[in-house]
This record gives sequence, C-alpha cells and structure tokens, in this order.
Amino acid sequence: MQAQSYDAIVVGSGISGGWAAKELTEKGLRVLLLERGKNIEHIKDYPNATKAPWDYPHRGRRTKAMEAAYPVLKRDYPLNETNLDWWASDQESPYTEVKRFDWYRGYHVGGRSLMWGRQSYRWSDFDFEANAREGLGTDWPIRYADIAPWYDYVERHAGISGSQEGMAQLPDGQFQPAMPLNCGEELIAGRLKQHFDGRRRIIPGRTANLTQPLPGRAPCQYRNACWLGCPFGGYFSTQSSTLPAAMATGRLTLRPFAIVTEVLYDRDKKRATGVRVLDAMTEQTTDYTARMIFLCASTLNSTWLLLRSATNVWPGGLGSSSDALGHNLMDHHFRAGASGRIEGLDDKTFYGRRPTGFYIPRYRNLFGDKREYLRGFGYQGGASRSGWSRAVAELGVGGAFKDAAALPGPWTIGGTAFGEMLPNPANKVSIDPTKKDKWGLPVLAIDCATGENEWLMRKDMMNDMAETLEAAGVKDVRTYDGGYWPGMGIHEMGTARMGRDPKTSVLNSHNQVWDAPNVFVTDGSCMASTACPNPSLTYMALTARAADFAVSELKRNNL
Amino acid sequence: MPEARQVQGIDRREAIRRVTALLGGVVFVGTTDLLTAVEHAHARAATSHAQVGAFTAQDVALLDEVADTILPETKTPGAKAAHVGPFMALMVTDTYDDKQQGVFRDGMRKLNDAGFMTKTPAQRLAFLEQLDREQKAYMDTRPQGAPAHYFRLMKELTLFGYFTSEIGCTQAMRYRETPGRFDPCMPYTPGETAWAGHA
Repeated sequence: MQAQSYDAIVVGSGISGGWAAKELTEKGLRVLLLERGKNIEHIKDYPNATKAPWDYPHRGRRTKAMEAAYPVLKRDYPLNETNLDWWASDQESPYTEVKRFDWYRGYHVGGRSLMWGRQSYRWSDFDFEANAREGLGTDWPIRYADIAPWYDYVERHAGISGSQEGMAQLPDGQFQPAMPLNCGEELIAGRLKQHFDGRRRIIPGRTANLTQPLPGRAPCQYRNACWLGCPFGGYFSTQSSTLPAAMATGRLTLRPFAIVTEVLYDRDKKRATGVRVLDAMTEQTTDYTARMIFLCASTLNSTWLLLRSATNVWPGGLGSSSDALGHNLMDHHFRAGASGRIEGLDDKTFYGRRPTGFYIPRYRNLFGDKREYLRGFGYQGGASRSGWSRAVAELGVGGAFKDAAALPGPWTIGGTAFGEMLPNPANKVSIDPTKKDKWGLPVLAIDCATGENEWLMRKDMMNDMAETLEAAGVKDVRTYDGGYWPGMGIHEMGTARMGRDPKTSVLNSHNQVWDAPNVFVTDGSCMASTACPNPSLTYMALTARAADFAVSELKRNNL
Repeated sequence: MPEARQVQGIDRREAIRRVTALLGGVVFVGTTDLLTAVEHAHARAATSHAQVGAFTAQDVALLDEVADTILPETKTPGAKAAHVGPFMALMVTDTYDDKQQGVFRDGMRKLNDAGFMTKTPAQRLAFLEQLDREQKAYMDTRPQGAPAHYFRLMKELTLFGYFTSEIGCTQAMRYRETPGRFDPCMPYTPGETAWAGHA
C-alpha cells in the first residue's frame, strides 16, 4: 500500500520536475513524484538506442498510417519512425485550437528531457530587464544576480559543455570543455571576426552533453542519437541525471500513470493540501496530501491544472485572482535562416557525430544597434560535408555515379534563427467546456498567434544569416523561411508568469503562487518573457532556487 | 580525452563494455537486453523478394533492376543486393499518397512498355541515362505544384534505400555506430568514402 501523505508532491517528471524531486529529496523531504504517463527506465527502456538505419522498415521516415494517427505531430519533424513511442498520442490528448497551435508533448517519465535539443544557455540582464525597460508585460521579479549562483549549481550537476566567451548578452558558466567547432565552422568564424565590428560571433554550441564523465555517466560517444535515449548517459535527462540522485536518497516515490486532476485547496488555511490523482490504467481516484506542491507538468499542463483547481474559491482557477493565469502564452519562433557552400576545404573532414553545432549569440538591439522591432534572436547552425542525398538532384546513373555519391560532398554551412516572442495577453489558454478527453477532463483551448514584432524580426532572421555567411566568403548562399506557427519551437512559456504584483502575475519572485504560498510552479509557465536563448537551463536554475527557498520556508513554518 | 580515444575502431558491444569499465564497473541493467534486441532486429532485416502490398513479384523484380542500373555493383555491391526493389515497393505503399502512387505506377508501366526487362545491361543503362536527362530537365523547370517525374521518384528512393541499407552504410560508405570521439578537423584523402549517419 502506497503512502498517501508526503512532505512534498511534484507533478511532472521532465526537466523541471526531475530537478524538483532531486532538490527536495536531497534536502530531507519525502517526495511523491507524479507522472501522467508510463515509466521509462534508464537504458533498459531505450529499445532503439543502438539500432542502425537499416533496422527501421522505413529507415526512419514517416508513413501515411503515422500521419493519420498523429494529426498534430505530423506538422513538423517530431513525427518519425525512430522514437514515435515517446511523443504523446494526439488522439488520446486532444485540445482545441482556436488558432493553429502545434503542441508536441512527451507523456512519460522523463517527459521531453529524453527528446530535447539540449542547447543550454544562460540568460542575461538584457533579458531580465527587457520588460521593465520597454514597459511590456510585467517586470521580472529577479535579475541575473539572483539566478547566477543557481545556474552555477545546475550546470555542474547537469553537465553543460561550452566555451568561455566573455559576452555580456550570453554569460559564461560552469562548463565542461566545449565540443569544438569543426574546420568549416572554424574557418567561417575566423573570417567573421573582420566583419560587423566583431559583433556577430560564431561560438561552439553550449549543450547538455558531457565531454567529461560525471558519477554514473560516461562522456558523449559522438553517436548523435540522443533522442533515442543514451545508453551512456551522455546527455542530461531526468533518467540520466536527476532521477538517480533523487532515488539515491531513499526518500522518493515515483508514481507513473498518475493524472493529477486538481490541486486540493483549503480556503480557510489558504493553502493547498494535496492533489487528486486519476490512475490512467485503473481510472481510480486517490487523494494525496503534502505540505507543499511543485507544479512541473510543462507550461500548458501546469496551467491547465491550475485552471481546474480551487474553482469553488476562484471560478477561473487557482492563481486566477490576477489577470495573468492562462495569458501571455509565448514560444520561440524559428525556421528562418540561410545556408551556403564553403570553398577551399576539400582536403579536410572531421570524425564523429557531434550532437551540437555552433551558436551565434544575439547582436540585434544591443550595444547601440536599433531595429524597427524589439528584442532579438540567436542562431543555431553547423557546417558539414554533404552526403549522398545531394546526388538526388544531380544528373547521373550507373557505377561512376554510385561511387561518387558514396564520397563526402562539398562543405556546407547554415544557421537557423530562434527569435524572441513578446508577451501579449491576447495569446491565451482557457478551459473548453464543450470537449472532454478520455479521462473526462475538459480540454484546453489554445488561442495564440504570431505578432507584428515577430514578423518584422523574421525578415532579419532570414536576411542577416545570408549577409553574415556572404561576408565570410560562403558561396551559393540561399535564404529560407519555412513558416512558423506558435508551438513549433516546443518552448511554450508564460501562462503563469512570475512578477512583482499579485494583480498582474501568478507567481512571486520565488515561484510561489500568490494565492497559495505552498504551491510552486517552476516550469516554463513561470516565464515573464522568452528571451531568445533556449529556456530549459533557466527552468533548471529556477526550480533549484525555488526548492531551496521552499525548504527554508517549510523549516520556518511559513508554508 | 584518452579514454574516449580508445573506443575508436571497436564494435558496439565492446564499446558498451569499455564504457561500463569507465564508469568504475557500474553494471548497466538492461545492456544485455539492448544487445539482444538489436540482434533480433538484424535477423528481421533480410527482406524477401515476394509481393509487397499491391506490388507483384514481377513489379518488385522490375524495381530491383531499375535500382541496380542506377546503382550497379562496382567494387561494392549494387542496389539489388541491398534489396532496394522491395524497399521501394514498401515505401511507395506506405508513404506515398494516391497521386504520387499513380505517378510511380504509370512510370513502371512506361518502363515495361519500353521492354526494360528484356534489355541488356548496357541497353538499360543507356535507356535510364536518357530518362534521367528527361527527368532533370523537367524537374528543373516544372511549374510549382506540378507532380514529380516518376524517374526522380525512383532515383530518390533508390539512393535513399541503398545508402541507408546495411550494404550501403557499411560497404559503399563507412559506418560506426559509436564513434567514441570527435575530431573536428582532419585531413581528407581523395577517394575516402563518407561516414554514414545514425538512424
């Protein structure tokens, strides 16, 4: 018989939930970690990790049957044959698209920490001060100095490889040695120093892949098969990093197939008392109690849960006494950039499949630059020698054609921009009372659109990359904008934001719900802005920081 | 780093064993299961030359010969040895929409009408060289939204099927499941084949 009372309950086992479980158990709390989907055990449950391309009947490509079964997932790259089992079923997890919103989810232990892109960047005060400076959204209640020690802390445990660059807009950190630029990238990075006053810099991507061992984990083996699960523990995931640490305390109870239907709230004590769990297999309902709750179910799921909770006190849900709950949904817009061909390096190649590339940190609207839009973007990209697929469009059949296609082709280089999206209260989620999922829960309605600032920025995102590559001598440069709809960045943020004022924010500076101080929300929903670098490292740092605060408050009997 | 360099040039099983050692003898529960699963998958990889979906054995044989003319045996085995014919039939069946299937099927009919199967290897090559020029000229100038040329579809599936097959990855190119290290810059000697990617 599983206990029904704990010191803390963590809802969700992805990047944020894994960190909450680790921090709270290591500080002595007995923690129940709830996950709505199945368990995935480290290594044992990575069935495709060492498969070869030819082991897949369709060699990884999507089939019509897969497209029919996954009407949302098929809109972009996540629909594929190699790790389909790790993407949530669109049919079992419906939502209402007031406007098109691509919601790509991982409903299993580890969540999207198993499939994430692993790019890990600190945000700077250019990001934390932006809302206040421009009078947009709500001011972040923290500054870089508040979070810097927590970046230090999580980087050491997660294992982030990267280079020290001394750039104010992209602070350095506690990095393992970087995965270096290859010779194509190095050549272009070197030439670029002579242009744009040195402000457009190509640096090695900072990634949650190890270049040195950590306890229980081997360095990256350069397989570049991360999203199949890594048998070496070479990249950060809940399974490789935070869950083993939490388990080692002996104080963690992990409960898969646990759908949290609501946070239980005591209106007299003004505190949450626990959560109600619907077992996804037996459909039985169980109430669990705890002295504090961490919501780490991912932005939209944590918000959906808040909207369903304490509705007897606030019809709009727990946290809705402000006007912020469910509003200001944001993502990173991307899929625009340029690529071209590098000449003069045909006598050079590289070895190993590096699971990262280069990064060009933001340079727009910084250091005196001023554009017609606000904020900025960074680029992720890489150089490599082209492969056999170049032969598809070339003229030729026969033996010489075949043998030539098996050789490495010309060097190519390209970059895709990831742009900041502004907070806008009109971009919102709410409960759709007309539609229920298979568990009887009214589904989430998502109403979100790309704004004028983003469209203006996208022109630069595309054209700047071409200008940058051409300045560095890259040939045959081509631009692209592959189109973007909110959600595609898989960086949902903002629908339960932090702030300084309970009237305009859901959470305070320690991620505490203003209306329920023993409820903490530390996933992407807490973000008051998106900046342009990838957000996951910031979720880790905010979660560790909030857990530290929560335990100290618990000891002072303030929760 | 020296530990990682040791992993170069060894197979997957050995790589996992060595990394287990690197971790100070921590035994990975499930490593054996992992290897067993991979070996089972290898056993299933052998594809028979029978009917595939609506493609008859004769259809598959035609596709095999087309593929083997595009990518014949040289110093490495050709497309037929890599079972590219049945692979094309599978991909058309499972991944092409009705319109693309129609284009592909019409193309097969045209090849049969031209007596492709009765031609000598040299005649087949000459025939496909001409067809390849036609498809390229068409594809380079086709209006937006116009269907692809059937021979472009065949050529794409042939290249994809061959260079992701075991023969294509490990014999025509080079494949290392676990490279074990990253060398960002090394000399390239003309003639060295490419490294195949991971799945």
